[in-house]
Amino acid sequence: MLKGDKNKNGTYEKQPVIVQGITGKFGSIHTKLMLEYGTNIVAGVTPGKGGQKFEDVPIYETVKESVSATGAKISIVFVPAKFFLEAAKEAFEAGIKLLVAIPEHVPVRDTMQAIEIAKQNNAIMVGPNTPGIIIPNLIKIGIMPASPFAEGNIAVLSKSGTLLYEISNSLTTSGFGQIFTLGIGGDPINGTRMIDAFDMIKDKSELDGVVIVGEIGGEAEETLAQHIMDIEFKKPIVAYIAGRKAPREKRMGHAGAIIMGNYGSAESKIAMFSKANIPVAKRPTEVPILLAGKIRKK
Amino acid sequence: MRLLEYQAKELFKEYNINIPDSISSTDIEKGRQDAKKIGYPFVIKAQVPVGGRGKAGGIQKCHNEDEFELNYSQVLNMSIKGEKTRAILLEKMSEYEKEIYLSLFLNRSKRCYTVIASAEGGVEIESVKNQIIRDVGLGEVSKKIAAEIAKEIGFDGATSTHFVDILQKLSKLTIEKEAELTEINPLVVLKDGSLLALDGKIMTDDNSNFRHNELLKYREQTELEAKAEKSGFSLVELDGNIAVVGNGAGLVMSTFDMLSDNGGKPACFLDVGGGATEESVYEALTLISKMKKVKAILVNLYGGIVKTTIVASAFIKAYDNNLIDLPVYARLMGAEADKSKIMLKDTKTKMFDSVEQAINGVVMEVTKTG
Repeated sequence: MLKGDKNKNGTYEKQPVIVQGITGKFGSIHTKLMLEYGTNIVAGVTPGKGGQKFEDVPIYETVKESVSATGAKISIVFVPAKFFLEAAKEAFEAGIKLLVAIPEHVPVRDTMQAIEIAKQNNAIMVGPNTPGIIIPNLIKIGIMPASPFAEGNIAVLSKSGTLLYEISNSLTTSGFGQIFTLGIGGDPINGTRMIDAFDMIKDKSELDGVVIVGEIGGEAEETLAQHIMDIEFKKPIVAYIAGRKAPREKRMGHAGAIIMGNYGSAESKIAMFSKANIPVAKRPTEVPILLAGKIRKK
Repeated sequence: MRLLEYQAKELFKEYNINIPDSISSTDIEKGRQDAKKIGYPFVIKAQVPVGGRGKAGGIQKCHNEDEFELNYSQVLNMSIKGEKTRAILLEKMSEYEKEIYLSLFLNRSKRCYTVIASAEGGVEIESVKNQIIRDVGLGEVSKKIAAEIAKEIGFDGATSTHFVDILQKLSKLTIEKEAELTEINPLVVLKDGSLLALDGKIMTDDNSNFRHNELLKYREQTELEAKAEKSGFSLVELDGNIAVVGNGAGLVMSTFDMLSDNGGKPACFLDVGGGATEESVYEALTLISKMKKVKAILVNLYGGIVKTTIVASAFIKAYDNNLIDLPVYARLMGAEADKSKIMLKDTKTKMFDSVEQAINGVVMEVTKTG
C-alpha cells in the first residue's frame, strides 16, 4: 500500500498522504520535512483554516473533504493527545485506510476505541506514540530524521523512536540499508503490534533480514519470537532489548515501559529470543555485527 | 499511578466493595488513636508501592499495646525493595474460610481487558494456580460471564451472588477510573458466605490523569519529578551517582543498561523527549544541579535534526551561569559535531564519538573521585 504500483518507467507512483493538524507546531515542521523527503502530501486538515494553503498544500476543514478532493487513503495525525480519538474516528469514517498516529500520552482507553473503529472500517493504525514509517528513498510518513536511513534490504521494527534512528544509522554505516522501518510506539497498546508489523514484511522476497528493537514492558517480543518459531521463518533476525537494568515497577519514559512482577522483564524477552535462535545485542552498535554473522552463516 | 493499598481500598469503598475496618496513619500518635478505634487484635501493614511486603516483614500482627509499640515504629521505618514505607494501615483481623484471587487487567498482547480469577488466592499472581481467564473487551463484565466465573471457582448460592456483584463493581471501577490493573488478592470468603477484599492493588493510566482530578490526591511525585513533568521530561530518581540524560525513552534505557554493565551507578533516568533543544538540555541540567548525590553527568543525544552546536552552547551557558560545576561526558550524534568539540574544549564537558567511550570516561571519573 505504501509503495503504490510501478508505473511505465519502472518507478513507484507516489501515494497521496494527508496531514491532520498540518498547521500545528509539530505538524507544520514535519510536513516541511516530509515534503523535502519526497512524500506526496496532497492535503492538510485544520478546522478553521479550510481554503488556505501551507507550503502549497491545500488545507481543508475536515478529513472527509480532503479525502474526496484527493482520494488519499493514508493520513498522518498530529493533534494533542486529548483530541486524538476524535481525529482518528474522523479519519477512519472518512475512508482513511492507514493512519500514522504521532501523539504521545494518548489514554489507553482512547487507543483501544480507535483500534475498534479502525477494525470496523477495515483500516490500519500505526501508533500512537510512533515515530512513523519510512521506506528509504521512497516515502517517509513520520517524524524521523532522514539521515540515519538508506535504501536496502533489512527491515527494522522498533518500539522506541530514537533507538530506531540509532540502530538504523548503525546498520547504514555498516552497509545494511533498509527496505522498511516502522516504529510501533512506546505505549502499552499499539494499533500495529510487533507481530503485525512483522507480518507486513515477512513475505517480501527482497528482504534479507529483520532487526527487532524491543524494550521492557508487555510481551510483544515474546509473542513475536513464538510466531517466528511457529511459521519457521528462516531469514536472519537480530534483536535488541532496552531496559535490561531498569528497576521494576517504574515507568521508564514510555507509558508501556514498565515491568510488573516478572511480566515485561528483559530476561523473559531475551530467553524467548534465544529459544527462537535469535541473537540479542547488548549494545546498539553490536546489532550490525550480529546481523553480519547471521547473514554469513546462511 | 500505582495506588497504595489504603488508597485502593478507599476506591473499593466508594464502589461498595466490602473491605475490613481499617485506618491509615503516618505517625505513631495517630496510630495509637487508630488502635483504640479498631481494637485488638489487628494487623499493621506497610503501605509501599511494591509487592512482596509480607515476606519482607511489612505485615505484623498486634495482640496488645506492647506489640503495637514495637511493630509500628519498625514497620514505619523499614524499606521494602528500596521503597520506604509511606504510611501504616491498621486493619481489623478477619476470620475467613477461603482465599480467592481476582483481577481485571489491561491485556497488552490481546488488546483487551482480561479477568483472572482463581480459587487459590493469597499468593503473588505468578504463583496463582488454576487461573480462570476471560477476555472482556473494554472492561465490561456481564452478569452471565461473572456467574460463569463464580461457578468455575466453585461458588454457589449467596456467595456466588456476592461474587458476581463484586466483580461487576470492580469492572465499573476499572472502566470509570481508567485503571490498567485492579486486583483483589486475597478476596476472602467469610463464615456467613459473604466476601471481603483483604488487599487491593490499583494501577491507573497516567495518560488519563487529565480526566481524573479526583485521583490526583493519590499522586506521589517528588518536587523534581513534578518539575520534570512540567518541562515535558520523564524522570526516575535512583540511588547512584551518575545522572543519565538522553532524548527518547529507548535511548536513555539503552544508555542506562550500558552504564550499569560497566559498573556505573545511575542517579537518575532523565528523558528530555524525542527532540533536543538548547532549552531542553539547559532545563535538564537545572534539574540535575538540584540532585545532591550526582558526581558526574552522562549525556547521550541522538540529534538527527538538531545541530549539536546548539546543545553544546547549553552546556557552556550552564557553566557560565554557575548552574553546574560537574563533569559531563557527552555523546552528541548529529550535525557539526567537530565544531561542538572545539566550542567545549576548555570546559568540563568532554565530547565523544561513541557512547561506549563516554561511558568508560564517566565511570573512570567517578571511580577516581570516589
